[in-house]
Amino acid sequence: MRGDMDATDAPLLQVKNLKVHFPSGSKGLFSEQQLVKAVDGVSFMVHAGETLAIVGESGCGKSTTGNAILGLAPVTEGQVTFRGQDIARLSPDERSRMWRNLQVVFQDPVAALNPKLTIGNSIAEPLAINGVPRAKQLERIVELLDLVGLNPSQKDRFPNELSGGQRQRVVIARALALEPDVIICDEPVSALDVSIQSQILNLLMKLQRELGLAYLFISHDLSVVRHIADRVIVMYLGHIIEQGPAEVLFSNPRHPYTEALLSAIPLPDPVAERSKKRVLLEGDLPSPLNPPKGCPFVTRCPIREERCAEAKPQLVQDENNREVACFLR
Amino acid sequence: MIDGFSNTTLSISNLKVAVGPHSVVDGVDIDIRKGEIVALVGESGSGKSLTALSAMGLLSGRVGQSGGEIKLNGQTINPQDEVEMGRLRGTRLSMIFQEPVASLNPLLSVGEQVAESLVVHGRATKAQAMERAVQMLADVGIPEPEKRAKQFAWELSGGMCQRVMIASALIAEPDLLIADEPTTALDVTVQAQILDLMRRLRDKTGTSILIITHDMGVVASIADRVCVMYGGRVVEQAEVHQLFKAPKHPYTKLLLTTIPKLTDAPKQDLYSIKGMVPDIADFPEGCRFRTRCPLADKQCVKTPPLQPRKTFDDGLVACWHSELTETLQ
Ligand SMILES: Nc1ncnc2c1ncn2[C@@H]1O[C@H](COP(=O)(O)OP(=O)(O)OP(=O)(O)O)[C@@H](O)[C@H]1O
Ligand SMILES: Nc1ncnc2c1ncn2[C@@H]1O[C@H](COP(=O)(O)OP(=O)(O)OP(=O)(O)O)[C@@H](O)[C@H]1O
Ligand code: SF4
Ligand code: SF4
Ligand SMILES: [Mg+2]
Ligand SMILES: [Mg+2]
Repeated sequence: MRGDMDATDAPLLQVKNLKVHFPSGSKGLFSEQQLVKAVDGVSFMVHAGETLAIVGESGCGKSTTGNAILGLAPVTEGQVTFRGQDIARLSPDERSRMWRNLQVVFQDPVAALNPKLTIGNSIAEPLAINGVPRAKQLERIVELLDLVGLNPSQKDRFPNELSGGQRQRVVIARALALEPDVIICDEPVSALDVSIQSQILNLLMKLQRELGLAYLFISHDLSVVRHIADRVIVMYLGHIIEQGPAEVLFSNPRHPYTEALLSAIPLPDPVAERSKKRVLLEGDLPSPLNPPKGCPFVTRCPIREERCAEAKPQLVQDENNREVACFLR
Repeated sequence: MIDGFSNTTLSISNLKVAVGPHSVVDGVDIDIRKGEIVALVGESGSGKSLTALSAMGLLSGRVGQSGGEIKLNGQTINPQDEVEMGRLRGTRLSMIFQEPVASLNPLLSVGEQVAESLVVHGRATKAQAMERAVQMLADVGIPEPEKRAKQFAWELSGGMCQRVMIASALIAEPDLLIADEPTTALDVTVQAQILDLMRRLRDKTGTSILIITHDMGVVASIADRVCVMYGGRVVEQAEVHQLFKAPKHPYTKLLLTTIPKLTDAPKQDLYSIKGMVPDIADFPEGCRFRTRCPLADKQCVKTPPLQPRKTFDDGLVACWHSELTETLQ
């Protein structure tokens, strides 16, 4: 995908130096209003037909990044462009056209569906909003249900009559209704049973092959990410600390955090799991309210030096198209 | 099994738990030996938590134990006896839950929280208990334990809270620790630390541990023995290496096949188990896996008994055709 694409290929989605800072709930007694720097200067591109994954620990800013692109989190600084257009400057018309091309699938299929609508009507909603005539809507519902592996006769069921995996299929069908180019998937299989997860992952891969979709795939499950991603971004405390082609990152991580993260994935094989080498981290996550001044990883880094606490390392690209932010790697 | 001898810490036999007319736990047998770590795995809704809560005497509302026997160190206990169970909990039985922040008391300092069970059961004075609590916090790897002991749960990260939970569960040196998804809400790097901690505590104090998880990687990492549940029943039970090497129940085998592995070729379709777990009300007669099992035939309308796995270990399997399981792909 990415490998055989030349650098001049215009990205579908481009994020430049994105910052999202939230005011924290409580104001300290002797201090200014504190800020949670949930996303603090993140840049990346998503190209047609590829899967770009964002991984990193809880609270590192993965969802906030996706939400900012979708206009669901306030952009403090930076720019998001879709097909070359700054989304902050779109006219209402252009904006609704953009929504057709950019869709989202969240973790919780229960919350994502209106319990009072049949699943057919849920899927038809975006079509109706975009003025598709009723007869055409019905045709499309049948097509979409079929595409995501549900029986079209189930269109009159309500969400509570479906299993979790079936509901997530409905959510995906709805996201596909307007033939988007990009789907932001925020933990799309985390709420599902292990035996159902693979069904949904297979579905996402099949839709990508058949429709040329691009995914921004947010997940904390590294085994899943390795399986479906073309490129991977590793975030830590609001920053990208390493990014590059999936096979490069997984076979040869360079940032000490990526290394620790990959070595901590529990392998479903007792012999391999019990004999593998692990990078154990000490120390705890720093608070996003009070992040370290220098390298965000400095409080837990096993190889830190004095200068790491003073200055922030920038992303530097290597010969494998990978970027790492670390003074020593 | 070796029931009645003191080297079995917990013995659950033929446990039944009903929600209204439905048996959601339907005749479960589990033995946990002294110093042993047993993992309980299975699909969402398979009855893992209810099994654990039964042993703790914590079932409530519409859910009640409708049969079976529970023995602690060879002596029958009565989970309905509030007084007896109250005494056992916090002395010989402890449990930690999935949501560490929600299960800690917001009004108590971390130190008071950890010391609580010693004080409540009159096993130490408040001062002695606090001293032990600080020691315990140090044992679970919390830096600056004296300072942390004075803080409150909401001032700590998720991983730190989970360690506080473990400290308060272990301070009374219980015979059995039940941990229900203790690392599900945590990141893999923190998860690795918590699993290490549980292993070290078992080695040091000989505490038996029942860990509930849906992550086969966690199982491979920490368990000595594994019980696999499906539809409220134990369908297979074996020593951990034997279970991964030679799963004998079709569900176990397919579950292991379905998870993405770091050694798989990326982007290939994953194996998936067809269909989904039926609702409690819709379980079929006989083997509850038969609506999804590729080996199902006429015989499976009768419930298969748990029988020896016919391998060199002392494992058990409940399937009429377990000799064919290895032919499944
Ligand atoms: N609306 C908000 N107001 C204030 N702080 C917020 C808000 N949304 C997120 N945050 C904070 O921003 C940080 C990043 O959160 P985010 O949800 O993006 O993390 P994440 O990487 O998606 O984590 P997870 O894996 O747990 O979903 C966290 O510290 C979080 O508490
Ligand atoms: N308080 C309750 N009232 C009614 N039904 C319940 C209650 N608690 C559990 N159940 C039902 O009993 C069955 C077993 O639940 P249990 O919580 O033991 O599952 P579990 O194996 O722990 O699942 P999970 O992996 O999702 O935690 C489920 O079908 C569940 O819906
Ligand atoms: S810059 Fe320093 S602290 Fe940061 S990851 Fe590299 S070595 Fe560690
Ligand atoms: S008893 Fe029959 S249906 Fe059940 S697991 Fe065995 S072969 Fe499959
Ligand atoms: Mg998130
Ligand atoms: Mg549970």
